[in-house]
Amino acid sequence: MALDRWIALILLGICLAYGYTAWFTMDGSLAPFMRRNPIWPSTFPKVLSILSIVACTIILLGLEKGETKVGEIDYRRLGDYHLGQALLLLGLMVAYALCLRPVGFIISTSSFLILGAAILGERKWHILLPVAAFATFVVWYLVQEVLGIYMRPLPGLLGG
Amino acid sequence: MLEGILIGLQTAFSIQNLLMVIGGCLIGTFVGMLPGLGPMSIIAIMIPVAISIGDPAAALILLAGVYYGAIFGGSTSSILLNAPGVAGTVASSFDGYPMAQQGKAGKALTIAAISSFCGGAIGAVLLMVFAPALSSVALLFHSAEYFALMVVGLSAIAAFAGSGQVTKALMMTVLGLILATVGEGALFNMPRFTMGLMDLQSGFGFVTLAMAMFALPEALFLVLKPKELNPESGGEIKDLRISKKEAVAIAPVIGRQSIQGFFIGVLPGAGATIASFLGYAVERNIAKKEEQDEFGKGSIKGLAAPETANNAACTGSFVPLLTLGIPGSGTTAILLGALIALNVTPGPRLMIDNPQIFWAVIISMFIGNLVLLILNLPLIPYIAKVLSVPRTFLIPFILFFTLMGAYIGQNNATELLLLVGFGICATALKFANYPLPPLLIGFILGGMLEDNFSRSMQLYDGIGFIWERPMTLGLLVIAAILIVLPSFRARRARARAAG
Repeated sequence: MALDRWIALILLGICLAYGYTAWFTMDGSLAPFMRRNPIWPSTFPKVLSILSIVACTIILLGLEKGETKVGEIDYRRLGDYHLGQALLLLGLMVAYALCLRPVGFIISTSSFLILGAAILGERKWHILLPVAAFATFVVWYLVQEVLGIYMRPLPGLLGG
Repeated sequence: MLEGILIGLQTAFSIQNLLMVIGGCLIGTFVGMLPGLGPMSIIAIMIPVAISIGDPAAALILLAGVYYGAIFGGSTSSILLNAPGVAGTVASSFDGYPMAQQGKAGKALTIAAISSFCGGAIGAVLLMVFAPALSSVALLFHSAEYFALMVVGLSAIAAFAGSGQVTKALMMTVLGLILATVGEGALFNMPRFTMGLMDLQSGFGFVTLAMAMFALPEALFLVLKPKELNPESGGEIKDLRISKKEAVAIAPVIGRQSIQGFFIGVLPGAGATIASFLGYAVERNIAKKEEQDEFGKGSIKGLAAPETANNAACTGSFVPLLTLGIPGSGTTAILLGALIALNVTPGPRLMIDNPQIFWAVIISMFIGNLVLLILNLPLIPYIAKVLSVPRTFLIPFILFFTLMGAYIGQNNATELLLLVGFGICATALKFANYPLPPLLIGFILGGMLEDNFSRSMQLYDGIGFIWERPMTLGLLVIAAILIVLPSFRARRARARAAG
């Protein structure tokens, strides 16, 4: 089965769960006076659940005819591409998300930029380190000091 | 009116106000390039500065300059990095980014600058002439018409429904609408589909979803399959030139979208986002068959249309603000707050009691648009140089700015995890050739669509509003035609080719 149909199958599962919530669980907690309204909080989701289930079924059963084209990247040959780098970068983004608050903006951001470039093969440390440090400081200064949006610069232990 | 224009010219051309408009445009452009900081946040941040000036005309001129600059700055990140930081510039990335990928980044930015200038300047002329009359027309639009207008806006998805892709485009739109239902809606005041998570109470952030759908998959594709981003072009002056043929092609688009965008901007609640999607959809549908196929792949018309429309709509949104005191969008609501803080009450008497403010703001719109053009054209070669940064540096920075955009937008670290999760899903959808723009269009319009639909249902006690209000019915018929027409045309072309 082609990837688009696998995705349609997964989306169908999500839409069925969404539809189940809209049709069978949402209205239970509705206040009595709201039941007299012509529209309930579940009305729009109910319509959407039907539309989405129909659309998923059409894709899943391949009812719409059209030429199948291979995308920019052929997912069947993922091993031929730099998959490892992509996965490492995604892991780095998750690590950044988890570290931003406890470790502080300056350390986590400069580490993210340095490690990200290193994963992609950059080895000119004499350029990379100052560029990452400078960019981190400029963004922090702009966001925190100029725009007034609070971002903890350093870990709490260091007085951040 | 002539006397008013003269007062406006005198006020707007004072040294102080000229500096205000130039400063506002500069700040707006540079801060607007950062994903996550849309015009609303920038204007909100600039309010204390504006109030400290003391002069209401100067303050409003500064804030209006910031507004225009931010919209233009947002287009730059949309075109160069496929990272639209504001909803109004999402449609600019549909053709702007493919142009940048083809080595036409300079040309794309030039078209964006010129279209924005024309949209803003023509909008300002329309504002001068029609402002008082239009304010009463705008009030004729009720929730039923807004609902129908949103449906017309959704018809932009037809542009992404290629051969055999209609259901996929529809599926993505519905998925966007489904994502828009998560959180506490404005009308029902109860959380929906939050799975008990506090972080989902306010729904998914627009910037998070926009970055996850556009910037993140694009960056991951660049990692998976490294390719040069045309460093040899995009940075040379010759690349900025628009040929006579191209100018002739986009001129009518700019003319049409300036007018259409302005009138949509006048309607409270519609604004630059709807104007840009609608402009894109309309231009694609009226284009010739061979030009239609270019939309989404780097069409200059596809870039000029939303760029013109969103700027014209920004100008149009000043009509209800200045003449009725009704803010038509979040941005103009903040501007209204700033005006009230400066002891100026916008409304029908503004033109009589404070003509210097009313007319100075309108005149400053011309100056602001001219400043943006003068400021941006010489800078374009340098801005376009972003693409010649080595990928080992560029990709981590793109990823960092997507993360920052999501974080600043909601000030919540959970958004970053959502961004990565959505980004992985979007990459998988891209592998399988599902068009992603319809998902974002559905998400952006979903909340407004449901609110207006619900309001109309409550007012008319059912769906009777569709046939009881002729304008609603007319708009829905137009939407149906816009959605069905491309498939019908394609089928007819196939039938002709076959036999």
